[in-house]
Amino acid sequence: MQDNKSNLLEHEVRAEIDRWVAKYPPEHKQSAVLSALHLAQDQNGGWISQDLLDAVADYLDMPRIAVYEVATFYTMFDLKPVGKHKIGLCTNISCQLQGSDKIADHLKTCLGVDFGCTTNDGQFTLREVECLGACRNGPVMHLDKTYHENLTPEKIDEILAAVEDQA
Amino acid sequence: MIEHQNLVCFRGLHLPEPWTMAAYESIGGYKVWRKILAEQTPADQLIADLKTAVLRGRGGAGFPTGLKWSFLQRNAPGQKYVLCNSDEGEPGTCKDRDILRFNPHQLIEGMAIAGYVMGATVGYNYIRGEFWEPFQRCEAALAEAYAAGLLGKNIQGKGVDFDLYNHLGAGAYICGEETALMESLEGRKGQPRFKPPFPANYGLYGRPTTINNTETFASVPVILADREDGQKGCDWFLNLGKPNNGGMKIFCVTGHVNRPGNYEIPLGTPFRDLLELAGGVREGHTLKAVIPGGSSAPVLPAATMMELTMDYDAIGKAGSMLGSGAVIVMDDTVCMVQILTRLMDFYYEESCGQCTPCREGSGWVHRILWRILNGEGHIEQLELLESISSKVIGHTICVFGEAFALPILSFLKHFRQEFIDHIKLKRCGVADGQV
Amino acid sequence: MDKFNIEIDGKTIEADPGSMLIEAADNNGIHIPRFCYHKKLSVAANCRMCLVEVEKAPKPLPACATPVTAGMIVRTRSKKALEAQRAVMEFLLINHPLDCPICDQGGECELQDVAMGYGKDLSRYTEGKRTVKDKNIGPLISTEMTRCIQCTRCVRFGEEVAGFREMGGMNRGEHLEIGTYLDHNLQSEVSGNIIDLCPVGALTSKPFRFKARAWELQQRPSIAPHDALGSNINVHLRRGEVMRVVPRDNESINETWLSDRDRFAYTGLNSDDRLMQPMIKRKGVWETVDWSLALEQAAIGLKEIINLEGADELAALASTQSTLEELYLLQKIMRCLGSPHVDHRVRQIDFSCQDAMPLFPGLYQSIEQIEHADQILILGSNIHHDMPLLALRIRKAQVHGAKVHAINPLPFTYHFDVQHDCVCDPQDMIILLMGIAAALNISLGVEASISDTAKAIATDLQSGKRVTILLGVLVEHHPQSSLIRHLAKLIADQCLGQVGLLTEGPNAAGAWLAGMVPHRQAAGKKANKMGQDAAQLCETPKKGYVLFNLEPLDIGQTNVMQTLKAAKFVIALTSFKQADLLDVADVILPIAPFTETVGTFVNLTGLWQSFTAVSKPFGEVRPGWKVLRVLGNLLELPGFDYEDAFAIRDELKAQVDAFTPDAPAPLPAITKPSAQEGLVRVGHWPIYRGDPLVRRAQPLQDSGLNGSVAAFVHPALAVRLKLTVGQHVIVQQSHAHIQLPLQVDERLPMNVVYIPAGYSETAILADYAAVILGAAT
Ligand SMILES: Cc1cc2nc3c(=O)[nH]c(=O)nc-3n(C[C@H](O)[C@H](O)[C@H](O)COP(=O)(O)O)c2cc1C
Ligand code: SF4
Ligand code: FES
Repeated sequence: MQDNKSNLLEHEVRAEIDRWVAKYPPEHKQSAVLSALHLAQDQNGGWISQDLLDAVADYLDMPRIAVYEVATFYTMFDLKPVGKHKIGLCTNISCQLQGSDKIADHLKTCLGVDFGCTTNDGQFTLREVECLGACRNGPVMHLDKTYHENLTPEKIDEILAAVEDQA
Repeated sequence: MIEHQNLVCFRGLHLPEPWTMAAYESIGGYKVWRKILAEQTPADQLIADLKTAVLRGRGGAGFPTGLKWSFLQRNAPGQKYVLCNSDEGEPGTCKDRDILRFNPHQLIEGMAIAGYVMGATVGYNYIRGEFWEPFQRCEAALAEAYAAGLLGKNIQGKGVDFDLYNHLGAGAYICGEETALMESLEGRKGQPRFKPPFPANYGLYGRPTTINNTETFASVPVILADREDGQKGCDWFLNLGKPNNGGMKIFCVTGHVNRPGNYEIPLGTPFRDLLELAGGVREGHTLKAVIPGGSSAPVLPAATMMELTMDYDAIGKAGSMLGSGAVIVMDDTVCMVQILTRLMDFYYEESCGQCTPCREGSGWVHRILWRILNGEGHIEQLELLESISSKVIGHTICVFGEAFALPILSFLKHFRQEFIDHIKLKRCGVADGQV
Repeated sequence: MDKFNIEIDGKTIEADPGSMLIEAADNNGIHIPRFCYHKKLSVAANCRMCLVEVEKAPKPLPACATPVTAGMIVRTRSKKALEAQRAVMEFLLINHPLDCPICDQGGECELQDVAMGYGKDLSRYTEGKRTVKDKNIGPLISTEMTRCIQCTRCVRFGEEVAGFREMGGMNRGEHLEIGTYLDHNLQSEVSGNIIDLCPVGALTSKPFRFKARAWELQQRPSIAPHDALGSNINVHLRRGEVMRVVPRDNESINETWLSDRDRFAYTGLNSDDRLMQPMIKRKGVWETVDWSLALEQAAIGLKEIINLEGADELAALASTQSTLEELYLLQKIMRCLGSPHVDHRVRQIDFSCQDAMPLFPGLYQSIEQIEHADQILILGSNIHHDMPLLALRIRKAQVHGAKVHAINPLPFTYHFDVQHDCVCDPQDMIILLMGIAAALNISLGVEASISDTAKAIATDLQSGKRVTILLGVLVEHHPQSSLIRHLAKLIADQCLGQVGLLTEGPNAAGAWLAGMVPHRQAAGKKANKMGQDAAQLCETPKKGYVLFNLEPLDIGQTNVMQTLKAAKFVIALTSFKQADLLDVADVILPIAPFTETVGTFVNLTGLWQSFTAVSKPFGEVRPGWKVLRVLGNLLELPGFDYEDAFAIRDELKAQVDAFTPDAPAPLPAITKPSAQEGLVRVGHWPIYRGDPLVRRAQPLQDSGLNGSVAAFVHPALAVRLKLTVGQHVIVQQSHAHIQLPLQVDERLPMNVVYIPAGYSETAILADYAAVILGAAT
């Protein structure tokens, strides 16, 4: 009836999903859906296209709607194109008390965008996130998968500069 | 003054690479597990020791762990599971991350023992999705433990099976609620289940399951270890704390202190000592309020806090909760309206949306608070906030409802005048000394 | 465990252990408000409307999710309970648009009803209301998602009952949105049930949209006329016009459900094709005439055939959408006139087992029993499309642990797990069945090879305690239908199981009982004069035909059109104009569809279900039984003086009760099937093409479930024939050729060409017959 889109997942991604699937009882392949979505997102430059959502569903034998439900529930999944790098600054209570406002202002100035936006050059998507669980070293942000703690404006400059050097 | 520090979950913190198996074994790691395997220690005895130690769940509710473990029918047929709740997301809480990063083997040992005690041959450690680095540490630790033959099938030839896996979440605070975590692990949205049935009967994949917090599991090996002085670990543990509040607890002290940090200290330590340990409030300021157990715990005014000891019973009696041990310290510069509004932003974003009072109530209070904060509030809205909160409490599927309703009530109880002033002034008066 | 007592609102009642509080209350007439709870769905406990006070419980508990315990004391209207219920009601309403005046659900809205009892403090919410963007989920269901209260009944229905999840809850918190995520037509054949399930006006019937207000409607019971289940329905009318059809609860038949076909086919009633007046053809031109002239012409035409050609030159064919009374009168007229040529089996090819048929074909077990089967073998049926609600019963069985196997000449999609889904060509179906029989040590008298699949299915069937083998229309139409029936019977007997026949249309059983077969009269008496079967009647032309409720494209026989065209005189009794019919008929008598007549359908369990007209006939349309009665009188035949339709039914019933038919003849001997050579066309009437009414129901036609009109082949076959997808191909059979676009389906057997029936374009092709495909130039 519907085309099976599994093949849109790269070979290595499928192999990695298989490793996750192996952790769960055979009849509960679906348990690997979060990991599969993470992997699909990484494969696709940080966001999951409609086709890849379907691919994950088809690969894990899930109803597609079940994958849409999951993908829209968890905040780490982006279903629209994003910048090359994602920055999420925690502004929750502990970080706020420890000065995240100042960091937020600094980030917005440096990147020239507000929370929820992507820089014009497509390098960064800046977001406000909820508690990252590293409160004792607040303010905290993540840059892609890495945490940066005890942030100061100077530290932000260094971090951004390092990314730009790589580019 | 505080005598003991870092004796349980953080006992290896001083080592160069404490997360390695070698480091862990150098401080007696896996001794308990090996001994249990070798002696086939009766499960009942281990449970009895846990009960003696009065280890209470470190995830928030403080439920006695020994008792919880006794609910699972060890000999019931079929698959059983142990789950570790490493979804740490309660604002202010940052202790499990450090256990995962710095002492993953102790968690593994604790979970393996739990599996043995409850006849569960499979365990999952649910790590929040953002914890990529901790996840990798845990993966490496698992690999070491498997390589050392401490996990897997027929461990050390003793006929004991225990397979442990790390699972990664994807950004949802509610997945810290134990049944939402199971739903999430099953590959669905993290929506809490209605209880009963309880996880001990119907948990992961519908099988009997025991779930504990990271810190809870990581405390187990120390409790079951014999001390060098011949003392039983469980007695030692209980005596570290105070009656009904055994052991040490990690307190995540954040906010307006000079040295925010994780402090593993005995339960029952006076708050003022903990505050001092964290460097006290900032120069030139006075303590205004403390949230003693993570953002879901009711706020307490400075005066109350300064008289309290840090343990489940004392904090509970004072009308709040020890919760996850996240101690959020606020000095005289904070605007309580702003703080509460920020907290409600969080709950508004994180409600799973499943049940009516939470879904609708979280949005309603959130909007009202923003109005007040923006100077558009009415005095009647304070009662409305209280009324809405009380209509949420007790009516929801899980206690997320309480988690946002109780703080609202506490802020209004202890700092009502500040809300009134805010409404009257149509702006915040704290910063410019108007209030 | 024994029942025990609990107390609700001071009343002591008995409760079943393991049941939920709300069930105990419902069984005792104590109403607890609820939105998410539904007796046929799993418990979600998410709306929180049913909170009640339970003694010793610190918090109010949801009655839908609280198991009863002995001695429990419950208060559903205490201060604590009412406070909780009011709180929930207020939360439910704050973001609800309260647009009842323009909402189709108005007047039958559960939210509105409950709100009446509680909704006071509505004014406390002064913030802006949430709005939700609407979805387009197809021609059957309109959405107004801002009204949704997130009860998830629709989601659970898809997952649990239909077995096919299309609705879900996206996002979280206040942003939780119920929908399909992507706009697309729902593909479920039972999707309309979510209209009934939705407690508010978020999901409503699209064809019914803005047509009428609930309180303007009158309700009349009836029976659904599209499949042999005989689902019970209520027809809703406004000022005599059918506005919609909804299910009428009947646990033993349709439970609380209805298939989309039964729910929405009524939209065909008002089609432009509806005949209003009788018509006769004079010198090749159609004229509208009055009844007396038309009936006179009909009678004259029939008499002429008899007088000039002999009664043997007259035949009648009828559809199983006709009532028992109509079929009985039709065959009575024919037999009184001296013609034994009556048949309703217009899609059947193989009649060699007709003497082996019992009194009437059917399931030979209750519909509920299907749920309790532990091994189910489906032979020749697209079960979800052919019998949507029976498929739900099979699904229940499967969910409870039954194993289901399917053997079909075409690939179908199942919304339950199928252990062995065998798609093989018509001959291989037989070979596989022989293999299963042989693996079960049944001696067939002919050689049979046992494939691995045959062995595996046999092993499963043998392990069953309640085995049922269901034979669908693709077996009924199969050229070796009798052989398959025989094999199925042997296999079922060996496993101490049952064979059930899934007949077509609502009244196949009735047709047999009424004597609408050439070899048996009413009540199953052996025919005095043996008539010819439908295949012969179409193959070798007669001079005169009566077509009852049939359009040529309903008939699955070779040469129908030529035969009918060649006839001297054709009378069509029908509700709709149709080009082919106008082409072949000489007199058209407009008869009433089921909503405008009284009659009886006998369902596949042999249950006689009578219904009365729910509305007046259109224009000059008359009930078929009345037309036949007058025709009988005009032809001066005896015994056509019925007072009403019930008298006809009772006359037949008396015959059925009084007569014990002979034991059916043995099934014909097993013979070895020949291998399939060349390509074979296999047809199937798609879900919404099977009868004249449903074909005119535009919303169903637009749903997309019929599939496309094309020639479907295996991709490798396309390659071999050097044909490409989408290209027009010539499909050639001995007598005919047509052009169709080519489509591929890799699940098709290599030598099968699937071409749907039920379309004028394809009506000329014979089913299960050889075809040649070639590129159109
Ligand atoms: C909304 C909510 C979030 C929670 N988050 C966490 C969490 O992040 N980590 C945790 O261990 N427990 C969390 N809990 C508590 C768990 O439901 C559960 O009580 C705990 O994991 C049990 O472990 P323990 O007995 O060792 O404390 C949360 C509870 C609720 C209601
Ligand atoms: S659309 Fe209707 S049935 Fe579905 S969740 Fe919303 S209110 Fe419930
Ligand atoms: S009917 Fe019980 S919670 Fe909805």
